[in-house]
Parts: sequence; C-alpha cells; structure tokens
Amino acid sequence: MMAATVVAITRLRNLFAVVVLGSLYSFLMATVLVVLDAVDVAMTEASVGAGISTVLLLGTLYLTKSEEAAPARRPLLPLLVALVTGGLLAYGTLGLPEFGEPDSVIHRHVAPRYLEQGVAETGVPNIVTAVLASYRGYDTLGETTVIFTAGVGVILLLRRWRRRSPDDAGKGDRA
Amino acid sequence: MRSQVVLRVIAKLLIPFILVFALYVQFHGDYGPGGGFQAGVIVAAAVIFYALIFGLPTAQRLVPEWLVETMVALGVLIFAGVGVGGLALGGNFLDYFVLSADPVSGQHLGILLVEAGVGVTVSGVMLMIFYMFAGRQRGRHSER
Amino acid sequence: MNVLDFVNYWIAVFLLTAGVYIVIARGNLVKKLVGLSIFQTSVYLIYISPGKILGGTAPIIDPNFTVYSNPLPHVLILTAIVVGVATLALGLALVVRINEAYGTIEEDEIHAQDAGRD
Repeated sequence: MMAATVVAITRLRNLFAVVVLGSLYSFLMATVLVVLDAVDVAMTEASVGAGISTVLLLGTLYLTKSEEAAPARRPLLPLLVALVTGGLLAYGTLGLPEFGEPDSVIHRHVAPRYLEQGVAETGVPNIVTAVLASYRGYDTLGETTVIFTAGVGVILLLRRWRRRSPDDAGKGDRA
Repeated sequence: MRSQVVLRVIAKLLIPFILVFALYVQFHGDYGPGGGFQAGVIVAAAVIFYALIFGLPTAQRLVPEWLVETMVALGVLIFAGVGVGGLALGGNFLDYFVLSADPVSGQHLGILLVEAGVGVTVSGVMLMIFYMFAGRQRGRHSER
Repeated sequence: MNVLDFVNYWIAVFLLTAGVYIVIARGNLVKKLVGLSIFQTSVYLIYISPGKILGGTAPIIDPNFTVYSNPLPHVLILTAIVVGVATLALGLALVVRINEAYGTIEEDEIHAQDAGRD
C-alpha cells in the first residue's frame, strides 16, 4: 500500500492531493513501525510526519500555487539514475543478516548491556528514553540545537520587519 | 454557518484533552513510549488546531509571540544548564549522577529535566514556524 | 537465504528509489521536498528493520517479557525524524521566499528568469 501511495504521489500534479497522500504515507509508515516494535519512533513519525509536515506543506501551498506544471520532456535519465541507485542498494541489502534473528551481530555489543543494566543504572524502564537522554545525551543536546537553529532560520526568512521612519513612509513593509 | 459552530464546539471540547495527553506523554515517557519530542509536537498541534478554528490573531493573543520565542531558547538553555550543573557539582559535562545524593535518582532527575527542556524547545519551534507561515501575507513580492 | 527475509528491505529500497526519482525528475519545488521526505522515511525503515527480533517486544523493560528488540536504531531514527522536519521547514520557508522573488516555484521557469536576467 505504501508503494501504491508513493507511485500516486509521483504521478499526481495537483499538489494538495500530493500533500494529503504524503500524510497518509506517514501514517502507514507509523503502523509499519509499530509492527517492527519501534513504538517511540512510530509515535514521533505519526505526530511529526502526519501532523507538522502536513500543516507546513499546506501553509506553503496557500502562499504559493497548488498545481504542478507538466514536465517538458520525458525524464528518462533521472529514471535510469534512480533505478541504478535502487538496484545497487537492493544488491547491498543481500548482505544484511537474516530478518529477526536474535543472535545476529548487531544484537551483541552495546545493546544487551543497555537492556540489562539500563534500569539499574538510570531507574527508567523505557530504554529508548534512557539511551536518548542519559547514555547518548550529548547527541540529544546537538539535536535540540538543530531544532533551535531551524526555528531561528525560519524566523529570519519569514518574519515581517516593519520600519516606520519618516522617509520610509511610502514603502511599507520591507520584504 | 452551521458547520462552523460544529467545528468550534468540537475544538473547545477536544483541545483540553489534547493538552492533558501531551503532558501525559511528556512525563510518562519514562515508563512507556513518549518523551520530550512527541509531547512538544502534540502541544504545538493543539495550539495550531486552536489557531485554525478560531483565527490566528486570537491564538496569538492566547500564546503571544514573545512567549513562543522565549520557549524556543529556554529549552536549549535548560538542557545545557543541566549539563553545566553536572560540571559545577563535580562530574563531567552532562553527568547526571552527581545531581542528587543517590546516583540513580540523580539520573532520573537529570532525564526528567532534559526531556522537559526538549519538550519546551520542540513545541516552541513548531509553533513559531506555524506562526511565521500563517502570518505571512499571500502575494507579496519583494523588490527585485 | 530465504527470499521473505529481504522483502522488507526491498520495499524500503523501492520507496527510496521513488523518493530519489521525485527529487531529481520533478521540477516543482514543493514536490521535490515531498519526495525528499519520502526518501528520508524509507531510510528509517531500512534502519529499523534489522533491529527487530522475532518474538521480541518493544524495548520497555517489563517483568513479563524477556526478549526485547534492539533500542539503538530507535534512538538514532528519533533524532533523524526531528532533524528531517527541521530541514523540511527551512526548505519550505525558502520556497515561499523564492516564490515571492520569482513569482513561480517551477525550476525551469526560475532558471529561465535567471538566464534572461544575466
């Protein structure tokens, strides 16, 4: 179903429909993530992807126009590049371990230590929160700074600066 | 219009529950799925909902821009403050176990404060971005 | 080497390919950004799928369960999702300003205006 949604997003030219389908895609991704036991990630993806992203895209569509122009020529070279990239990645995934095996390599180093000693060391049963806020807290500080920077960037780009000096009387808002 | 009345009533019924749910997700993130990011986004979504139904000026009277700007910076300050607090109390930067007499409860306190800081910043930034997009007038052209 | 093991990854690679195609083949700036977010979401799927353990549960310690899925990819992807929305917000703000400066958000027309101006 996600594949069908993505194909529809590619082909549709009405951008409002594209945005709504994008929100649907985020919800489907959130349910797939719940099946894969990633409950924190699913909650974040549902709220951020289907909520905030959709609101921002709709806001942008309101401020610009909501129809995409028809492509001038058939995009064969981009299709080829995308297919070659996909083919190489699919070949690369053949090296990944078997799906769901409990003793593959990735479950052997740090993860069992966090799972076994997380509650004893931090007192927090949700291991994802414990790792995010305590064991890897420095990364979370960096991420918070990234969000802060994005907010500052949007303020710089989109804020209206009003200048009411006598010789600017005819100009109004500076863009 | 009848439909507008329906939307207004539903919004007034739902928004308190959304805010309580956001607080639940924030503080229950230790025991179940959740944490700062999700809670921040849900708070921003509640205020955006209010702004969509009742209009942007009403929402900006309720949550003014200076408050949102303060929230954006305050969250990062709380997070870095916890880190520097760990430094001041004798440990390394972002050490939580020095924050309290018992190391485990120090960790718990540190995680609580850090998640609160993240929640404040995320909700502030999401709301600020929405205010910027919604407050921009359509069809303005800059001088080129 | 069961084929069913890799269906998850191949679907994620298909979504990634579609996202890349939208970014490089479509000229509308908003659609490019939607394609970029599709691309990012498929990367989350590629990252989290190897962390799942069949028969395990979400990594929240509870006395009733013994096997937990790997929590480390969850932490990385949580950061990645929020950084992704930050990027989307900045990109959309740039699109709004480009629209105000050029009057259009189609890449071809923007290039034509720039070439005509030089």
